Amino acid sequence: MIRAVFTLPARLALAGLFALILALPARAIEIQQVTSPGGIKAWLVENHDIPFIALDVAFKGGASLDAPDKRGAINLMTATLEEGAGQMDSQQFAEAQEALAAQFGFDVGDDSLEVSAQMLSENRDKSVNLLRAALITPRFEQTAIDRVRAQVLSIIASDKTDPNAIAAKTMRKLAFGDHPYGTSLNGTIDSVKALTQEDMFDAKARVMSRDHMVVSVVGDITPAELGPMLDHLLGDLPAKGAPMPAAITPNLTGGVTTVDFDSPQSVVMFAQKGIAMSDPDFFAAYVLNQILGAGGFSSRLMDEVREKRGLTYGIASYLVDKDLAKTWQGSFASANEKVAQAISVVKEQWAKAATGAVTDKELQDAKTYLTGAYPLRFDGNGTIAGIMTGMQLNGMPISYITTRNDQVNAVTKEDIARVAKRILDPSALRFVVVGRPSGLN
Amino acid sequence: MRAFLVALLLLLGLNPAMAGDVSTFELPNGLKAVVIEDHRAPVVVHMVWYKVGSADEQRGKSGIAHYLEHLMFKGTDTMAPGELSKTVAANGGSDNAFTSYDYTAYFQRIAADRLPLVMKMEADRMRNLRISPDDAKTELQVILEERSQRTDSNANALFSEQERAAQFLNSPYGTPVIGWRKEMEGLTRQNALDWYHEFYAPNNAILVVAGDVTPAEVKTLAEKYYGPLKPTEGLKPRARPQEPPQRAARQVTFKDDRIAQPYLMRSYLAPERNPGDQKTAAALTVLSEILGGNQATSVLGRKLIYGDGTAIYASSYYDGMSIDPTTFNISVMPAKDVSLPEAEKALDGALAQFLKDGIDPDQFARIKTQVKAAEIYSRDNTQGLARRYGEALASGFSVQDVENWPDVLTSVTEADVMAAAKDLFQARESVTGYAERATAAPTPVSVPMAPPATQEVTQ
Repeated sequence: MIRAVFTLPARLALAGLFALILALPARAIEIQQVTSPGGIKAWLVENHDIPFIALDVAFKGGASLDAPDKRGAINLMTATLEEGAGQMDSQQFAEAQEALAAQFGFDVGDDSLEVSAQMLSENRDKSVNLLRAALITPRFEQTAIDRVRAQVLSIIASDKTDPNAIAAKTMRKLAFGDHPYGTSLNGTIDSVKALTQEDMFDAKARVMSRDHMVVSVVGDITPAELGPMLDHLLGDLPAKGAPMPAAITPNLTGGVTTVDFDSPQSVVMFAQKGIAMSDPDFFAAYVLNQILGAGGFSSRLMDEVREKRGLTYGIASYLVDKDLAKTWQGSFASANEKVAQAISVVKEQWAKAATGAVTDKELQDAKTYLTGAYPLRFDGNGTIAGIMTGMQLNGMPISYITTRNDQVNAVTKEDIARVAKRILDPSALRFVVVGRPSGLN
Repeated sequence: MRAFLVALLLLLGLNPAMAGDVSTFELPNGLKAVVIEDHRAPVVVHMVWYKVGSADEQRGKSGIAHYLEHLMFKGTDTMAPGELSKTVAANGGSDNAFTSYDYTAYFQRIAADRLPLVMKMEADRMRNLRISPDDAKTELQVILEERSQRTDSNANALFSEQERAAQFLNSPYGTPVIGWRKEMEGLTRQNALDWYHEFYAPNNAILVVAGDVTPAEVKTLAEKYYGPLKPTEGLKPRARPQEPPQRAARQVTFKDDRIAQPYLMRSYLAPERNPGDQKTAAALTVLSEILGGNQATSVLGRKLIYGDGTAIYASSYYDGMSIDPTTFNISVMPAKDVSLPEAEKALDGALAQFLKDGIDPDQFARIKTQVKAAEIYSRDNTQGLARRYGEALASGFSVQDVENWPDVLTSVTEADVMAAAKDLFQARESVTGYAERATAAPTPVSVPMAPPATQEVTQ
């Protein structure tokens, strides 16, 4: 089943963003590393306050592991996992899930396929059996594929009249060309129409393998109970999946790409190359981005474009650390007759940021915010499982949670100046504008 | 499935006895407060809900409630414009505000030891707001951009707006929360200040504090910061123009080339939850889940998607939390090669069949199971709980109403649901909207089925 979602301008960006919003626990969170008798590793936060568990299973590679000429296969496969499995057809599966009050989510992005589940303690064994059927023995019946395919096709068609989706598509194509990141994981109308049942099984084998897998569990379960559960749930997945695609440097140059679209308002995305989390200067860039565009009502971009001039309802910038490419980007929307002015304000701010000069107060405020907000993120079983999954997918150690704020606090004005000069490049900041802008060259 | 449970969680109302200790107090100046304890994490959510929303606006001034909500961030005698948000951020917290038909709310989420700081600032702007003419002018541009972004650039939102306007002839629920553009353009700083001075007062507000706090410390702080504020004398009861009986089914046809794939929306005038009387609304809440909650197991999903293949999406939506009568909504996106009139006929056939056949007892039992499970899952979300109390109390409900809601919901019988359905599905009280391309459609496309009418606008 496809859960219809409006495409956000920052969709491509947000997936990466979530990966770096990692947090420091407000409550004393003790992450245990559990290895099942069969050798499956998981991170566990044991908490018996509420009688349920949140379970996340993520598979690295996501939709970027689509086979050549099969764009959209992994997305369609993911949406069809819960459409019949084992002895159950689609409706029987849904009924069984309702009867157990279990919640299953199946989502895929450019970098990972994520299965998230919440199960009541009283129904845990039965819920695990049901989820296992979807993960290990999905049926991919032709009628189910066709039903979900119609939903995917409707989303692809809808994206063609959605200015945000058009902007995202244009930017991806410019930045990544023929790389998997260069096209939507939904595929095209032609590629999706051509997908077969065999393609679904192939797509599953490419991405859902134990070598791609990370597991996070939070809630009402002990390590002794979790081990056998993991073997039962995941032990029969294939050992190896498809190899990861190559990394790519975004091919972005300065200038404005305009796409004509009949609307009173223009949607704008802007992007340039970014920086990896593994880079020693990453935290300096992260703090700088907070000052520039991530700080909500406190950021320079929000202040200059919205608060002082009323040119937009909202604007933000973000560091996008995807597995295979790094970008620094942002987005906003502005009336057609104001968008040229808004873009020139963004350019000015980008150039100012590239000098690397920040005030003591800006630096201090950004640090206080980032370090203060971090612990507040650990606020629910499902959220914590998601955070642990993000950490594992990024190869971060458990200790990151306790060192992260120190790394933020260690950033100096000199660090920011260095990384700004190295990474920010106003002459290579590409704008994509979808609308009927006036006064733009 | 997740979508289904989440929807239930939103509508359920939660069981406070399980979710944490809930207590209340009232200050002499009329401020009512709710404290929800959750000591799992040293975090607090601080909210102030004003018992005024866009449905309380004067005709011709649509959008003033939301405009003022934006201007509430423009400073006081002791705070510079934007200082409140910057201070919250500098302390690691987040803040925002939202406006709906029936209320306007402001909130911060921050480390529990910073509660005095945010309470001091929130109390300050309850009575001491200052708005410079320049800020008022700039912010008017911001809300016009907001309308452009969220409504005028979004064909689905425009369609929903038309559908609601067609449903409500006289009730202010037919006017969008953000306002009609022409009227927004004419809003003035003085309009905003008049609104503010009348409605922003302790005796028109609900304070909700949830998280790692005790009722005693919240009360002490509230007495210190909110206690000295003067109430507005002579606040009038909230009596809005009421909807007359609807005597004619209405049709809306919305054409826009940004509608990629045609779909239809059907709405019916529906009763709302009432203080002390929530039974009908509970039956309608369950009815909505039975008809269109889960695509694979609901009545409309089985019939239209899995049965004859008429539709690729079918869903229903109802939220009874409302001061005046509201709507029950159904959306259907036809499959390729099925026309909107054909889909409408299939929908009517499915509804008639349902009224005749009644409820599948297995489905009814599964929904009851989920209602109970939602109480467990919802304990994981303190902010959601805080919101539930704030929304209810700002809409005139009591704490007791909120606490009774889960029981009212679980005691709904099949007969209650069928009786509510029979009353609800009166063609003469309906609006049927078609959304389609203005020019001949090349390829089929989709509009995602978001729940209709979020009815809420954020700062």
